[in-house]
This record gives sequence, structure tokens and C-alpha cells, in this order.
Amino acid sequence: MELYELTAHELSDLLREKKVGAVEITRSLLDRIEKVDAKVGSYITVCRDRAIEKAREVEGKIYRGEANSPLAGIPMAIKDNMCTEGVLTTCASRMLSNFIPPYDSTVVKKLNAEDVILLGKTNMDEFAMGSSTENSYFKRTKNPWDLERVPGGSSGGSAAAVAACEAVFALGSDTGGSIRQPASFCGVVGLKPTYGAVSRFGLVAFASSLDQIGPLAKDVTDCALAMNAIAGYDPLDSTSADMNYPDYTRSLVNDIKGIKIGIPKEYIGEGIHGEVKKAVLEAVETLRRLGAECEEFSLPITEYAIPAYYLISSAEASSNLARYDGIKYGYRAEKFTDLLDLYKQTRSEGFGAEVKRRIMLGTYALSSGYYDAYYKKALQVRTLIKQGFDQAFSKYDLVVGPTAPTTAFKIGEKADNPLEMYLEDIYTVSVNIAGLPGLVIPCGMDGNNLPIGLQLIGKAFDESTLLRVAYTFEQNTDFHKNRPRI
Amino acid sequence: MEYEIVIGLEVHAELSTKSKIYCSCTTEFGGEENTHCCPICTGMPGVLPVLNKKVVEYAVRAGLATNCTIADYSKQDRKNYFYPDLPKAYQISQYDFPLCKNGYIDIETDGKTKRVGITRIHIEEDAGKLMHDEWDTGTLVDYNRCGVPLIEIVGEPDLRSAEEARAYMEKLRSILQFIGVSDCKMQEGSLRADVNLSVRPVGQKELGTRTEMKNLNSFRSIVRAVEAEAQRQIREIESGGTVVQETRRWDDERGLSVSMRSKEEAHDYRYFPEPDLVPIVLDKEWVEGIRASLPELPDARKKRYVREFGLPEYDAEILTSSKVLSDFFDDAVKQSSNAKAVSNWIMGDLMRILKEKGMEVENIPFPAGYLARLVGLIEKGTISGTIAKKVFEKMFLSGKGPETIVKEEGLEVVSDEGALTAVVRKVLDNNPQSVADYRKGKEKALGFLVGQAMRETKGKADPQLINKLLKEAMDKA
Amino acid sequence: MKITFEIIEHVADLARLNLTESEKQKLTSEMANIIGYVDKLNQLDTTNVPPTSHVKPISNIFREDVVKESFDREKILSNAPSRDNGCFKVPKVVE
Repeated sequence: MELYELTAHELSDLLREKKVGAVEITRSLLDRIEKVDAKVGSYITVCRDRAIEKAREVEGKIYRGEANSPLAGIPMAIKDNMCTEGVLTTCASRMLSNFIPPYDSTVVKKLNAEDVILLGKTNMDEFAMGSSTENSYFKRTKNPWDLERVPGGSSGGSAAAVAACEAVFALGSDTGGSIRQPASFCGVVGLKPTYGAVSRFGLVAFASSLDQIGPLAKDVTDCALAMNAIAGYDPLDSTSADMNYPDYTRSLVNDIKGIKIGIPKEYIGEGIHGEVKKAVLEAVETLRRLGAECEEFSLPITEYAIPAYYLISSAEASSNLARYDGIKYGYRAEKFTDLLDLYKQTRSEGFGAEVKRRIMLGTYALSSGYYDAYYKKALQVRTLIKQGFDQAFSKYDLVVGPTAPTTAFKIGEKADNPLEMYLEDIYTVSVNIAGLPGLVIPCGMDGNNLPIGLQLIGKAFDESTLLRVAYTFEQNTDFHKNRPRI
Repeated sequence: MEYEIVIGLEVHAELSTKSKIYCSCTTEFGGEENTHCCPICTGMPGVLPVLNKKVVEYAVRAGLATNCTIADYSKQDRKNYFYPDLPKAYQISQYDFPLCKNGYIDIETDGKTKRVGITRIHIEEDAGKLMHDEWDTGTLVDYNRCGVPLIEIVGEPDLRSAEEARAYMEKLRSILQFIGVSDCKMQEGSLRADVNLSVRPVGQKELGTRTEMKNLNSFRSIVRAVEAEAQRQIREIESGGTVVQETRRWDDERGLSVSMRSKEEAHDYRYFPEPDLVPIVLDKEWVEGIRASLPELPDARKKRYVREFGLPEYDAEILTSSKVLSDFFDDAVKQSSNAKAVSNWIMGDLMRILKEKGMEVENIPFPAGYLARLVGLIEKGTISGTIAKKVFEKMFLSGKGPETIVKEEGLEVVSDEGALTAVVRKVLDNNPQSVADYRKGKEKALGFLVGQAMRETKGKADPQLINKLLKEAMDKA
Repeated sequence: MKITFEIIEHVADLARLNLTESEKQKLTSEMANIIGYVDKLNQLDTTNVPPTSHVKPISNIFREDVVKESFDREKILSNAPSRDNGCFKVPKVVE
């Protein structure tokens, strides 16, 4: 086994036993990136010198016994929409192609405090808008399982980096499925925490009421370790939850007896690919065998989640992305006649097609005369979606289903049809609309040897139950051990 | 035809919190460009706002002081528009659930009291400042003011003249100063008004089409703008045209308003609830605590002046039009037994000198106690009224106490009969005609002779004593 | 609601986007498609359903009125495409 293939908790044990140093581990990962990233394209920026320098510093700390975190010395990657002081943060957009933030996001501060080593910033759909990472200004990330396929999106770079062992773990962000769907496509574990559990301060906003940062990891244990590092109240984020956060590693218990699980009929009905459905139902059988009580139930509101999601997220995005005007930072058009033209040229040249489409949709939905019909209506439907989950959770501890209707699709396959691409998110967006936690864990492979992910949806702030069920599933199956060969 | 002017003001006041509304940068006025800034107030990617609690408290104070209902549920919204002084391209403001609504204040014009409605008061953030560069090749943007908290006080269209508009602004300023939520320095832009104005034939019920003039930042310009815009609208109608609903810019130098229609496209602010901030749900007890902590307001103080000191309504109104002035008066009165005299000094000489020197009440160079002591010196007869005026001027120039000035300049009243007898002699010798007139029964001549004697003593003589000595001397002979 | 070419032009203006004629054409049909799809929401009766803008029912999150040091001006201006005299610079704004 190479060092880069190990999980964070395995590396942590080696570091603590002083069998290996942080610099050696970091070099192993950097060499791996050098070797495979030309093919996979996970990274927009690799911080080679900075990572080694930090690894040296942490190595010293570990030897002196000053580094207490289990993540100390673990090299990882961050999606390129989280601000890193002094390190390019592009959101995979031409608009921010030269933006170097003067401040660190809260998650980056927290990870620094844990002595984690930042390897670099990963590719994504521009401003996190997309489900394939094809909407990046810089490059297309390939799925490590099949380089002709997409890694999913928008956190495709982070998912691919973890799957291809170019990072031990990574952070992504999830507005409508952007952690979970790429985790599913790349065969890794991905967790979208409850809205408010991880600070959004420093996360470049796409849709403020839906965005959450979360980890992508090789297994459930690493996921819990990452959550311990990044979750918590932040006075800089008004929507951050002020409460006692649990030690998530305490949920790593191999026992789910008596846990009540509901499977929404609408998630395994029309539209789902046969192989995905089969794998999900087999996973449900496994959970039942392990002692969970599983039954199907109806969540009829599901079909309205996507329209509500696209209205809410695009409306917020149209406002959040208005600040990119070529004045304070980022791209400015070279040719313009006056101020108005500077705005228009800059924004027209700086944003890609999908971003413009969403800005247009969102601007329209908020504009005078249409607000009630679209934006307000979507917020009302949001209430109904939330109520649907509240009802489900009065009966079940957990809701389980597929992550996406299909496995990874071919690059370019859906690029020409925005609406079809939006439907990719059918099983994931409701979770963001209701602000719930969702965890994806590998549960099978299709006939093309592509991973399938099982999605677990929990009650608000009950990541612990998600982790416990996922851990038990993982301990009793081998899916998480599958690795792509590159 | 006779026309009635209908005016509603939207007043913006910067709140005197220490830090900005959504970040910890200072609100201090001035400072090098872009040095009171951070990623939050300059709208960098990824930043989030957190509301300053004091802003809510101050807005509620303002609401209570203007008889508003305080909302138990309130929220913040985004107002979207592009302009270089607005770095996020949206202003965080309040749309459908403002903190305060349905209030009023009473104003006084021509001795009549009028109640003016206040529609709402909401909180929002100020924008940055645009400046033209030296070579005029571009515009420079300074974000120091960006994120300074504002309240916007939206008034009902209850005002009918420039005088009423002015009185309303003055009353609002005075209230905001009294409750300590804004320094209301118009020259620093911390108090400014948008004027909504329409005209209609007297007797007509429905309102005419209104125009809006933004950001007027002096009482004078408000008055002039109202007068000029009303005339313009009347001319427009009289000549068979119609008033267009639009935003106009008041050009104070040229004394006219200019249409901004060409620059303005159909405004569509696309308000929606600010997802980065949570609702404000005010606790009744907290609001009542603020109500209980409100100081005496201008109207109450004015009534007290009339009741306790017997001041004329008009004087009491002027004194309470500014908190600093009113506090100065209160302070002086505490150290004097003659409130009326103190008031007269303020209303007369003090206001005159301030006006002559173009100074603000804030800049009075001596403490209120000096004025009280000056009044005391007159009452005790240490100096005459004429001398007191000189002492007052010197006090203003040097900031020295009145006793010091009197002593240094030897200005005490001369009431030594021996010393004055010689003066009387001299005056009588020099003015035989007046003496003769007096003796013929012309009482006026006595006045003239007293004046001569006062001049002779440079005003230091005790006029009563001079009067007595002159009479004695002429009656004797 | 029907998406017309004129609506697309108006919305692009509001959003400060310059679109070519072909982009406008393309967006008109794409937006019509998307709006046609989201109109599906009208099947749901939402009379008396309150809108949810915040998924967590929290309120009154404040900071105390405490001043902290501002950023170094250089850091604030470091990403500016154009700057002059300690300020961001834009084409002349005419009022």
C-alpha cells in the first residue's frame, strides 16, 4: 500500500506511532497529484511549496507532542469556492480567475487550527452551478473510474481527488446535491451537514439559504473526523447554529438495531435507472438484515422540489453574483465605453453560459410583477417540502434512497440540455430545501464498473445517526474498498 | 389658479454607533480613503453580515420618540441595484416589515401646531463615496462610509409649505439629537432628506403627480428646492403641460432641479428577504425598557421652559430646537437665578455672534456657567448692561471667565460719588445749552447728559448714580 | 407566463448582461422551457401556506457594538482591476 492510498485515520495512527512523517505523507500525495492529475484534472491550484512548508512545521509539532488533532499532518484539498488567504480562489470562473482573498474562510481557519495540510484548490462547476463539473472556466475534471465520464458536480474536483487518491479527504459545498452526487459518481463518502452546522463565512455564496460545506472522504470514519474539525458555531455567520456539537466519532458504532428507516416510493419509482434501483434496494435489505426496520412511504411533494429549488437558488444567486462587476476584484473587460458598459461587458465576458442562465432566471423570478408567482410561490412550496420531511421524521429515524437517477454519465452527454441536467438533482435538492443533513456512501457498482451511492437523510442536526448507520453499513460491506485504477 | 403644495420627506440619519451595521469597522467620520474597511463592508466574495444590536436599539429609540408602533416581528431585505458606491450591488434594508411604523411628530409654524405623520422607520446600510479624480479621467470610490448604519424615516405627505418642511426637519433633528441616536451633522451628510413633492389646485382631493429630489443636505437647500420645484410644477401645469413622475437632482448652485430621467431606467429593486440574516423578534419588555430610558424630549422640555421659567413659546421653541443649545441653557439656568435673562442672552447676543462667525452651537468657546455668572454680575450691579455686552464678546473671543475679563480690563461699575462728581462737573460745563433746556423743563435733556457722562466714563459709571448726581447739581444751582 | 424576446432583453438589462442576438434567441427558448417546467408549481394550492425564507426558525442574532481594527488598505485594494490614490477607480460617473 502506498501512503496516498491510506485513509486519514490510518495515516494518523502511523504519524502518532512515528512510523512516518507529515512531510513524507505530503510528498506522497503531491507526487500522486503530479502523476495523475493531468489525466483526472481535479485541481485548479496545487500549493506544492506551501504544503511542504506547512508539513515541515506540523512534523515538528507532532514530534514535540504539540499537535493533538487526529487530522494533524493529513494532506487534503478544498473546493475552489472557499476563501484561502493568499491562495487563488476562482470558483472556476473567469470572473475570479485572478482573485486572491485577503482573508481565510472559517473552515480554513478551523482546519489550520487542526494542523491539516492544504494541498490545493479543486475544480468545480462555475460558482457551484452544475452537476458535472463541465461548467468550469479552466478545465473538465474526469471521473477516475472512467475518464470519459463526468465526476458529477459541482464538487467534482473534490470527489475525483479523493477517489483518485490525490487528497486524503476534501471539502466540498452542497447547494442542491453538489457534495452527494459527485460522491456517488466517484464512489466516496460525502456528507452535506444540516444547514447551520458548518459556518458559511468565506464560502463564496451561490444560494445563501441552501449552501453548506461538508467533507468528501474515503470512509465514514474520516468523514466523522472531518466533521469534528469543521462543524461548530461561528459568530461571523448569523445562520450558524449556536449549540453543543457532538463528538462525531462517538457515532462510529457498528449497531443499528431498532433504527427505523423510511424509503420514499417516489425515489425509487419512475425515472430511476434499473441498476441504481437494484443496488439501493439491496442496500436497504442489508440494513434490514443488520437490524433496522425498513419500510416504504410516500413523499408526494418530491416532484415539486426541483422547480422550487431552481427558483430559490437562482433568485439568491442573481443577487449574490451581482457584486462581480469589475470594480473591486476579479475580471474587468478590456474594452468598454462607460460605466454601464463596463458592468455589462465584464459580466458578459466573465460569466459562463450556465451562470448567465441562472442569473437570468433568478432576476426574472424576483422582478416586479413575477415575484409572487415565482419566488414567493417557491418559498411556500419550501414550507410544504419541509412539512413532508417533518411528517416522515415523526415516524422514521432516517430516510434512505438513491443519490442520483443514474451513475456517472459521459462528458458532453447532457451539456446541451439544461433542464435535463437539472433533473439530475431530483433526489438531492429536497434535503437542501428542508435544511437537513444527507450522507452518501458507496453501495454498489453498475455493469460499467461505475459506483452507485446510497443516500441517507437525517433529522436536522442528527448527523450522528447518519454516521452510525453509514458506519455500520460500511463495516458490513466492502463497497468502500473499491478504488479506481489509474 | 391657486395651488396647494404637498410634500413628504424621506429622511436618512446616520446612527452614532461606534461600529458599522454589519461588521466591526469604525463609523468615525473622515480618515484616509478605504482605511475604515474590511472584506465585509467592501463586499468581498464569501463574506456574511452580522447585525449590530445597537442599531436595533437606536432605531427603536427613534421609533418610540416619534410615537411609532414597534413591530414585534421585523426582517431585513436586499434591495438590488448596480452602482459603484454599493459594493455588493445590493443594499441591505427593510422592505415589508420595518422596525417601526405609524408614528407622528408635532411641528410649529406661525405659532400653530401641526401633527405630521410618520409612515415607517427602517434600518439600512449607507453607501460609499464617489469622487472625481484630479485629472477628471475617472471616478474614485471610497468605502469608508459603506456600512455605516442609517435609519430612514419615511414621512406622510402632510407638509404644505417649505416652512413646514423646514420645521419638520428641524424637529426631527432635534428629537434624534435629544435621544442620542444621531449627531445629525448635515454638513457631514449624517442627516439628509429626499423630498417628494406635488402640487394640486386648492380644493382638489386627489394628489398631483409627484417628483422626488434626492439627498438634500441643508435646511436652506430643502427650503429652496421645495420653493423652486413647486413653482416649476405650477408653471408646467399652467402652460398646459403635465408633471412627469421622476427623480430630479437639485442643483443648489444654480437653484433649480434637473431631470435625471435620461440616466434612470425603470427601477426594479427586486427586494427579497436577506437570507444571510435572521428575523428580528423584539421582546416587549426590552422595548419597554428602552421607552423608560428615553430622556426628556424637545416638546416636553419646551413646555417646561414655558411653565417653569415663563419663557415665550417662541423662545422655548428655538432653545429646544437643538439639544446642545438646550443643554447649554439648562446648564446655565442651574447656576443662575434669572432664567429669563439667560434665555435673552442666548436668543440675542449668543445667536447673533454665532451667526456672524458662521459657527455652530457645538462650538461655543465657554461653558454655560460663564453666561450664568455674567448675568449674575449684572444683577449684582458689578457691571452695566452695556459693559456686559463687551464682556460677552471678550468671553467669546478668549474663553476667559467674566470676572477675569472685568478685572483685567477694569470694567467694574464706578459707584464712587467723589470720582463721579468731577465727571458730572465736566459734563455740565461742556453742555450749557442742555443744562438750560433741562431747567426749562425739558426732561429729555437729562437723558442726553447721562449719556455724555457714561461716555466720559467709558460706560463704567453706575447710571442711576450719575442720574442722581446730575439732577442734584442742576436742581441746586 | 410567456417568455418573449423583449422580456429577455429587459431581464438582461436588469442583470447587467450584454447578450448577442443569438444568445438572446437561445435564452428565450431555454428560459421558456425552464419557466414552463417551474410553472408546475401552480398545480399546488399554497393558499394560506406561509413562505419559508429561513429553514431554521431562529431570530435575533446580533453582534455587540464593538470596533475592531479595519483591514490594511493595501489588502482591501490588492485585487482591484484599477486603482488610484488609495481608491478603487471606475470610468467617470456622470450624474
